[in-house]
Amino acid sequence: MPHPAVADRPTARYLPARLIPDRWGVLTLSVALFVATPLIAVATIALTPAPEIWRHLYNTVLFGYVERTVMLIGGIGLGTFVIGTGTAWLVTMCRFPGRGLFNWALVLPLAVPTYILAFVFTDQLEYAGAVQGTLREVFGWRDRQDYWFPEIRSMGGAVTVMTLVLYPYVYLLARAAFLEQSVCVLEVSRTLGKTAWQSFWNVALPLARPAIVVGMTLAMMEALNDFGTVDFFGVKTFTAGIYDVWLNMDNISGAAQLASVLMIFVVVLVVMERMARRGQRYHHTSSKIQALPSYRLSGIKAALAAVFCAFPILLGFVLPASVLLSYAVVFFDVTLKANYLTITLNSISLSLGAAVIAVAIGLVLAYGLRMGSGPLPRAAVRFASIGYAVPGAVLAIGVIVPMAGLDNAIDAFSERTFGVSTGLLFSGTVIAILYGYLARFLALSFGTVEAGLGKVSRNMDGAARTLGASPFQTMSRVHFPLLRTSLLTAGLLVFVDCMKELPITIILRPFGYDTLATFVFQYASDELFEESALGALTIVAAGLIPVVILALTTLRSRPGHAGGGHP
Amino acid sequence: MKRLFAAGLAAAATVFGATTWAQAADQEVNLYSYRQPFLIKPLLDAFTKETGIKVNVVFAKKGMLEKIKAAGDNSPADAVLTVDIGRLYALKEGGVLQAVKSDTLEKNIPAHFRDPEGMWFGLTSRARVALVSKERVKPGELTSYEDLADPKFKGRICVRSGKNAYNVALIASMIAHHGEEGAEKWLQGVKANLARKPQGNDRAQAKAVFEGVCDIAISNNYYMGKMMTNDEKPEQKKWAAAVRLTYLNQGDRGNHMNVSGAAVTKSAKHKDAAVKLIEFLSDDAAQKIYAEDNQEYPVKPGVPYSKLVQSWGEFKGDTLSLEKIAKLRPAASRLVDKVGFDDGPGS
Repeated sequence: MPHPAVADRPTARYLPARLIPDRWGVLTLSVALFVATPLIAVATIALTPAPEIWRHLYNTVLFGYVERTVMLIGGIGLGTFVIGTGTAWLVTMCRFPGRGLFNWALVLPLAVPTYILAFVFTDQLEYAGAVQGTLREVFGWRDRQDYWFPEIRSMGGAVTVMTLVLYPYVYLLARAAFLEQSVCVLEVSRTLGKTAWQSFWNVALPLARPAIVVGMTLAMMEALNDFGTVDFFGVKTFTAGIYDVWLNMDNISGAAQLASVLMIFVVVLVVMERMARRGQRYHHTSSKIQALPSYRLSGIKAALAAVFCAFPILLGFVLPASVLLSYAVVFFDVTLKANYLTITLNSISLSLGAAVIAVAIGLVLAYGLRMGSGPLPRAAVRFASIGYAVPGAVLAIGVIVPMAGLDNAIDAFSERTFGVSTGLLFSGTVIAILYGYLARFLALSFGTVEAGLGKVSRNMDGAARTLGASPFQTMSRVHFPLLRTSLLTAGLLVFVDCMKELPITIILRPFGYDTLATFVFQYASDELFEESALGALTIVAAGLIPVVILALTTLRSRPGHAGGGHP
Repeated sequence: MKRLFAAGLAAAATVFGATTWAQAADQEVNLYSYRQPFLIKPLLDAFTKETGIKVNVVFAKKGMLEKIKAAGDNSPADAVLTVDIGRLYALKEGGVLQAVKSDTLEKNIPAHFRDPEGMWFGLTSRARVALVSKERVKPGELTSYEDLADPKFKGRICVRSGKNAYNVALIASMIAHHGEEGAEKWLQGVKANLARKPQGNDRAQAKAVFEGVCDIAISNNYYMGKMMTNDEKPEQKKWAAAVRLTYLNQGDRGNHMNVSGAAVTKSAKHKDAAVKLIEFLSDDAAQKIYAEDNQEYPVKPGVPYSKLVQSWGEFKGDTLSLEKIAKLRPAASRLVDKVGFDDGPGS
């Protein structure tokens, strides 16, 4: 029987067959376009010419913006790769003191919002901070002419702070990949005379590459969209330029043009990476799973491994959490007075809702691409996932414009037909925030689900289908059990990020609706950071719970790990 | 059917928190605010107490204009509160405001602090002053903005980003007084005199003077008051004690001034209540709270400054039209790019 979608298609004669999507393709395309609507809106706003802005930027700051942006994401890419992959490998494959703790604690910094870590770091490391103060006291230095100390409000500071918060993306995905690798390939490699280091570098790393690359891409895209941290550190990036053109030069179309250039930049990056690994597939070639070998480290090696793992946790989590705690004790009444319970509930329910929706849609899209390909849906999905790199406030405008347009159309229709005004059904409600989160965080859920799905060999699909299972049965009975960890990872990543999300929430929330992040920002934007410490601490704590679940679950998920115990 | 549909919509609107629905009574005002709710809370509470009108606030710094624009007639916002002339003007230019004719407002607010067409109203004014080291800057050593570019202050000035709204407005006023070329030369000079790359907020500049990083900080006047009276963070009192508040250009045009202000949106559903709120904010009681709590200058003539503000002495403020400053903001912002101000000294 011919494929129905092909058979019913009269246009097939006029268009090259590869451009015509099948049923899955149509579904994928529509869902992707729905998610990408805010991006399309931004691109549309950019259509109003603003040539004078470009001439000005070209003559003055544009190249500086680009240069600093490349340095920033380059540094963060490298930093998250080294810390994320290194720690993931150590805790997965080696045994050394503290490993059981590091295994889950390495995820903790993910719960800390970048702007909070930035604040804590400057607070401690600037001239008047505790660190330099102690140094001056100990060594008897009087002023800054007496010694040299790195400036925290700098490119280096921004890279450090963001790397410390973002490396868990790489860590989580790399660790999941290492855990799922068949040990056999490593054993073969060792049998063939490779050292442990060579086996890691030549065998394990290439096999985990798709997952690691997804993690690094997420970290770099997050850095691209960041405004708060780079602004705080006085690092003028491309994103800073977008806000400047928008708010200081009152030129929204110029800002949208810059944002569109940023999108093109991201698309090019993603395409380049795809091309680099085109034709390569990374499936398990053996289903033989056995308990992971653990290289027992001893002496200096064990100590180095422990330090390497402890460092990011101490700086990225213990330090900010303890600083926040000390402030929270002194200033807790400010937060309590501000309807603390309600805003916490708002944050959690909103993030939970967004996580469920984002995972569901990420799943549909990842499946759509696997089932029915075709270049058009494929391109649409890639496009829909770049919302992650677009500055949040710009993306929020992309949500408002089409949504309010729809609202006004519905309102006018209802007014005409029923004599009832509906007001802003979507853009005036939390639905707008959820939509904004979806547009922003789809990359997280889609990327994670896709990476997970990529590890499910197509031979399994083939086998299932041969045995008479429909695509849906293949999905529910073969894929789902294999994907559970990826789905959970995706959901939790989205949840934690929504808890921290700021610009979209601030712009899209209705009257009388606050989240922990907006509450913290209201104070922090006036540098009354201490007053909001309890709120910030709650964000971190609420992020902690799923983060720990996640860390424990990925460990348990590995076949061969009976009951999640350590081997 | 019709009724069922309407009821369904109403239910949906309630569930999703839509505020435009079912608020027929004019007993509330929806306020978009650039100012954090906790800062204006005493004022809004006093308003509610006096009039029984409830004020719902959303705090946002970005996207407000676009949000009001996109929602059109359905926008729930009745009034907007900002802390800088730039946003007020952008809202006016964006066509989302409506003119308000009110004898009370015209009586309370001097003409140069409000829009000639009644589109926006200044409620408090603030001066961009110099906070200079008591030890290292002699009285009379720095008297004008122009002095900031004098090579004798090389390596001695601290300021936040040139792109900050308050600095953009200050630079715009320099363009108004000296032309673009003159302002550029001046900004180059100030940049060369910086002690470090522009960073932090106004308060952080005073702290830097206290630490000896620089001798002169550019700041809004009320931060001085907030530091002096900060019982919860007593270290800030030390920062304030290290500096002397200096008004500039007292011999000629006066110190550069900015405003916080309010406006009524075109789509306001509670216009009367919104106007009432702005009138209340411009009147004696509220102006007094502004003066006492925020250490700002009341716009209404006759309302006394706070004791603290009075202790800094009499001063003369620049009466340059704020509309003119607002129009020159984009040029000022471009100037910051052109001289690479934010790259700091020696770049």
